[in-house]
Amino acid sequence: METLKAQKKENKKSTSIRITGAEAIIHCLLAEGVDLIYGYPGGAIMPVYDELYKFQDKLTHILTRHEQGATHAAQGYARVSGRVGVAMATSGPGATNLVTGIADAQIDSTPMVCITGQVARHLLGSDAFQETDIVGISTPVTKWNYQITRAEEIPEIMAKAFYIAKSGRPGPVLVDITKNAQFDELDFVYEKCTGVRSYKPAPDIEVSAIEKAAELINNAKKPYIVFGQGVILGEAEEQLKALVEKAGIPAAWTILGLSAMDTDHPLNVGMVGMHGNYGPNVLTNECDLLIAIGMRFDDRVTGNLETYAKQAKIIHFEIDPAEVNKNVKVDVAVLGNAKQTLELLLPLVNKNEHKEWLGEFEKKRQIEFDTVIQKDIHPTKPGLTMGEVLEQINVASGHKAVIVSDVGQHQMMACRYAKFKQTKSNITSGGLGTMGFALPAAIGAKMGAMDREVVAIIGDGGYQMTIQELGVIFQHNLPVKIVVLNNDHLGMVRQWQELFFERRYASTVMTNPDFVKIAEGYHIKSRRVVERSELKDAVEEMMASKDPYFLEVRVEKEDNVFPMVPTGASISDIRLK
Amino acid sequence: MENQWYTISVYSENNVGLLNRISGIFLKRHINIESLNVSKSEIENVSKFTIVIFSTEDWARKIVNQIEKQIEVIKAYYHTDDETIYQESALFKVASHLLFDERQIQNIIKESNSQIVTVSRDFFVLAKTGRRHEIDEMHDALEPYGIMQFVRSGRIAVSKAAMPITNILAEFQNQ
Repeated sequence: METLKAQKKENKKSTSIRITGAEAIIHCLLAEGVDLIYGYPGGAIMPVYDELYKFQDKLTHILTRHEQGATHAAQGYARVSGRVGVAMATSGPGATNLVTGIADAQIDSTPMVCITGQVARHLLGSDAFQETDIVGISTPVTKWNYQITRAEEIPEIMAKAFYIAKSGRPGPVLVDITKNAQFDELDFVYEKCTGVRSYKPAPDIEVSAIEKAAELINNAKKPYIVFGQGVILGEAEEQLKALVEKAGIPAAWTILGLSAMDTDHPLNVGMVGMHGNYGPNVLTNECDLLIAIGMRFDDRVTGNLETYAKQAKIIHFEIDPAEVNKNVKVDVAVLGNAKQTLELLLPLVNKNEHKEWLGEFEKKRQIEFDTVIQKDIHPTKPGLTMGEVLEQINVASGHKAVIVSDVGQHQMMACRYAKFKQTKSNITSGGLGTMGFALPAAIGAKMGAMDREVVAIIGDGGYQMTIQELGVIFQHNLPVKIVVLNNDHLGMVRQWQELFFERRYASTVMTNPDFVKIAEGYHIKSRRVVERSELKDAVEEMMASKDPYFLEVRVEKEDNVFPMVPTGASISDIRLK
Repeated sequence: MENQWYTISVYSENNVGLLNRISGIFLKRHINIESLNVSKSEIENVSKFTIVIFSTEDWARKIVNQIEKQIEVIKAYYHTDDETIYQESALFKVASHLLFDERQIQNIIKESNSQIVTVSRDFFVLAKTGRRHEIDEMHDALEPYGIMQFVRSGRIAVSKAAMPITNILAEFQNQ
C-alpha cells in the first residue's frame, strides 16, 4: 500500500506541469468537459479571466450583464443538457449576486459549479476591498462549498466540486479562490474525482422494498403515479413510460417533472399542485395507491397535509433519504436512482389496465375543459388570454420547443398548456419561484441545445428584473424567442389580492415602458400584439425567425389562473373559478 | 408527538465550515441547540459532534437526515437519554472566605461529589461532572451563598447500543 502511494506520488511528479493556479482552474474546467461558462469579471478573479483570454478557442465565456444572470444561464444550460452549468464571478458583490441563482439551483437540484474570486489569503478577515464571506453566506444554499487559499488545492477541490454537483441528487457547489492561489504556481496534474468517503451519492437499493412496491401495485384498484424531476435527473423517462403502460397507471407531473413524459400520452393525465389540473388533484384523494416518483411532496403540490392522500397507500421512489417521510408519511420507500429502481420493478409488475379508474380522470378533465380550459385556450371574450398564446406556440412549434418560463401567472399557464414531446424541455424556477429567471435561463437553454427552438415565456414583472440580459442575446445573436405576456400587473400577486385581500391592489399595478422599443434598442426584431387577429401571424413569424425575436402580447389585465388550491386548503377543495 | 431530549451524534470529516453548515440546519427549522460539543472521536481524523436538542422525535429524525446529507458528514444518529450514557461538566468559582464562614458549603462539596480544583486567597473552584439535574441541584445549593462565576460544558454522550460507524469507515479504507 505504502509503495503504491509513493509510486503514485512519483508518477504525479513526472506527469505534472508547473503552472499558475489561474491556469490550473482552466485546465480543470477543460478536463471536466466544460466548454462554456457564464460570468462577470472583477478584481479578485482577474488572473482567471486573463487565462480565459488565452484559452478562448477552447472555452467560451459569456459575459452576462449581471452575475445573477450568469447563474440562471448556467442553470438553463444544465437543465436542458443534463451537464454541469458553470458560473464565475469576482469577490464581494459579484459573489453575493450569485446567491439567488445558487439558492434556486439548490432547491431545484440543478448541477452547477460557481467559482468566485476572493481577496488574497493575507487579507482574509481584514474587511478588505470587496471581501465578503461568500462561503459563509452560501453555506445554507449549496450542496457543498469550499474556500481555496493555496494553489496546490485547486485540482483536487475542482474535481470534487464537479463530482459533487453532478452525482446523486445534483446541486450547486461554490468554490471560492483567493487571489494569491490564482497567482501562485503549483505542480498541476488532474485526476477526476470518483468518490468522497463521507458522501454516498445514491443509497443502496433494497430489493425487498421493490418487491413490496410491486405487490402494492399489483393489488391496487386505483393506482396513481405522480412524477417529478427525479425522473429527468435520473434519466428514467423510458422506465416511467414502460411502467405506466405495462400496469396501466394514470400518471401526473409536478411542474419540474413536466416533459419527462409526452404530454399527449393517453395515460399522462396532467399536472398536480396549486394550479394543476382538476382530476390529478382531486383524485389524489381518491386513489388507493399513490406512487410518487422523484418528487418531494412540496407544499404547492400537497396543499393541506392533514387531508393529503390519507385514504391511499403511498410508495415513494426517491434518491435522497432525507426526503422520505419529510412531509408525507409513506408506506414503502424505494431508495435509489429512479432509472435503476424502476428497471428492477418493471418485471415484477403485472400487466394491467384500469379503465374505469382512468375514466374518472377523463370525467374530471371534461369538467375542467368546460369550465376553464376552453375559455383559456379558445376564448370568445375580447381580451387576449395567456392560454391562447401558449396554444398558438404549441401549434407553431409542433410541441418541440424548449419552454422557459419565469414566475407567476404566465408560468402556471405555460406549465398547464405547453405541450412537450421531448424530455428536459420545460425549464422553470419551481421551488424558489425566482422572478427574473427566464430570460437568462433561456440564454443558457439555447446554448445547451442549439438545435432546438427555445421560447421564453415571461411576465412584465419578472422580465424587468433581468431585462439587461437582452444584451447577451444581442451581442451573440442568440436566436432565443422571447414572449412577454404583459398585463401591466404583477399578475399572480394581484390575483391573490383579488381573492384573499379584498382587491386591495397594493403595489401590483405597473406602468410599463415600451418593451418593443427596448428590444429595438438591442437591435432585436420585435413585435407587439394587441388584437387576437394578429396573434397567429405574429407567433408564426416569431417561430420562423432565424434571429432572436421579441414578442409582446398585451393580455387581459385582470385574468386569473384557475383551477386553484388556496394556500392551506385541501387539494379536494380545488376551485374551478 | 411530545418534546423530549435527544442527543444527536455526528461523525464527520474535520473541516472548516462544517459547524456552520450543521448549525444552519437547526437555524432553518427554528430548533434551539441546547448544548454542543465537538471533539475527536474513536476514529483517527474523524470528528464527533454531540448536540442536544429538545424536540419531537419526528424533528430529531428529520434533522439527523439533513445532517447526514451534508457531504462531509459520515454518519449521524439520534438517541433518547435512556439510550445513552451522558455527562456534563461544570465549574463553580466561589469566594474563599465562604469555606470558613459558611459551614454548609463544605457539606455541599461533599454531597455533590464535586472536586476542588484550586484554592487561592480570594476564590476556590469546584468542578462537578454529572447529569444536568445534578449540576443544577449543586448550582441551586450554592447560589444563596454567591457564585462568582459558573460555566457548564456541552453534553458528551456514548450510546448503549453500537453505532455501526467503525464498520462504515473500515469499508471506505478497504476500497
